[in-house]
Amino acid sequence: MAPGTTAPAAGAASPGPHAALEAQIDQWRGYVRRREAISAADVDEMEDHLRERVEDLRATGLDDDEAFLVAVKRMGTLDDLSREFAQEHSERLWKQLVLVGEQPGRARSWRELAVVLALAVAVGVTVKVATVLLPWETVALNVGLLVLPFLTAYLAWKRQVTARVVGALVVPFVALGLVLNLYPFQPTDSTFVLAALAAPVTLWSVVGLAYVGGRWRSDARRMDFVRFTGELAVYYTLIALGGGVLLGLTIGIFSLAGVDLEPYLDSWILTLCVPAALIVAAWLVEAKQNVVENIAPVLTRVFTPLTLVMLLAAFVVLATAGNLAAVDRELLILMDAILVLVLCLLLYSVSARDPLAPPSFFDGLQVVLVVAAVAVDAVALTAMLTRIAEFGVSPNKAAALGLNLLLLVHLVWSAVLATAFLRGRRPFADLVAWQTRFLPVYAAWAAIVAVVFPPVFGFV
Amino acid sequence: MRIDKDLVAASATPLVLGILADGESYGYAILKRVDELSGGRMQWTDGMLYPLLHRLERLGLVEASWGTSDVGRRRKHYAITSAGREALVERQAQWDVVAHALRQVWRSAQDGLQSPPRVAEGWA
Repeated sequence: MAPGTTAPAAGAASPGPHAALEAQIDQWRGYVRRREAISAADVDEMEDHLRERVEDLRATGLDDDEAFLVAVKRMGTLDDLSREFAQEHSERLWKQLVLVGEQPGRARSWRELAVVLALAVAVGVTVKVATVLLPWETVALNVGLLVLPFLTAYLAWKRQVTARVVGALVVPFVALGLVLNLYPFQPTDSTFVLAALAAPVTLWSVVGLAYVGGRWRSDARRMDFVRFTGELAVYYTLIALGGGVLLGLTIGIFSLAGVDLEPYLDSWILTLCVPAALIVAAWLVEAKQNVVENIAPVLTRVFTPLTLVMLLAAFVVLATAGNLAAVDRELLILMDAILVLVLCLLLYSVSARDPLAPPSFFDGLQVVLVVAAVAVDAVALTAMLTRIAEFGVSPNKAAALGLNLLLLVHLVWSAVLATAFLRGRRPFADLVAWQTRFLPVYAAWAAIVAVVFPPVFGFV
Repeated sequence: MRIDKDLVAASATPLVLGILADGESYGYAILKRVDELSGGRMQWTDGMLYPLLHRLERLGLVEASWGTSDVGRRRKHYAITSAGREALVERQAQWDVVAHALRQVWRSAQDGLQSPPRVAEGWA
């Protein structure tokens, strides 16, 4: 190394022989730091690189300015770099599909708003027309088919999917629509209720296919869809709360003026607004992801310890209750709900966690939570199995039992992977991959419940 | 000679793992080593090395730790893990197959140049 080329310490502000260079590096840091996909630690790492490159270039005879320019050029353009970082660290910027690649201009955002509003009106009107023309049981059976195509259309438009993907999106809707409406259901059948419950779950996977733009094999994209789903639920709840307050105030004012809005509430306002709010919520999640990125994970942090306490209490109650054989399928359905809750807590903390961070206390707590959930479920399940063996299988019990087994498999293997991560045997990425890879199984089970159960159980 | 971008991308992972198999290193030093090994003919965009290193870290093939350089700057060091060594062996086997197939193709192409096939004679 040439004499006199030792680099000053990082961030040295005193005017030295290389003050201009320091200012340039500071400015470069500022530019890089503004890219959301690149963290402060990454900038430190690259600054170290840049400084070494500058030193080496100066050693070959370049002056400060020249060396800096060449070094920055060799680093690569910021757009390319930020795209690479975004691809590797999608948890920092899970809206990369929107942010990087195309820079949405004003024209596009106005067009998007128009598309969103048109779809929101269309979905509201569709549901309204359906409620007028069809008996409510048929509407209930088809609710997913009436609403979700519009959400799917918005996402497919936004991702500009290929014709092949459009085909893959349309076919499930048509097929499920035909099957559900051609089956000779009676609205009192339990298979009818099950199909009405399972159909939206199945169709949600089609929404996911549109969300990931057809790239369903990618673990990272599927995790993005999980995040999208969580934020959508949060947004939808917020919109519903806000809308409820607004409606209440409006009804109050109108009633003071002697106009009664109540008759229109169910038949018009809710029928139009509840489905439309879903599209608007999806649009908000797409547009504002960065702002609320942390809501679902924060909720999991709050509720993980509370749920653990609840599970321990449930375990004590179940284990000391004695005659569990008397309880009916409600227990099974309750257990499914508890396991789904635990799974969501796990999924959303996993989705927001920095995969490179070392194991923490919270990760340990999470494993305890999963183990507790599995233990409670094991107690309930043994009780239920003896009962099913005694009284035979009904569609409800079979559906609930199947879901319970899937959840058990999911949670037990999650616990195994999380324990291996805590002990440093496996990277956190394995746990993440397992979460997203297992999710399609639920959609498949929902499809079986909706499509295979009715004929198998003879439409009872 | 410029090496095709896809080829650089495909060889990046085994190169980095191979360099780290020689001992712990950090970003700039890894790039300099690539430069030496290829006689300056493989030019990477410097910044692109870091997302790659982070990917390898996420996959558990390398471990990272922060240290300081001789002049006191924060510097991130990377070391290969046992999973990384396994992956390297696997990659090496794959590249051996590719290289072997390519060598045969080059040889037959060379032969073809020296003695043109008969069909070509008929045309001449």
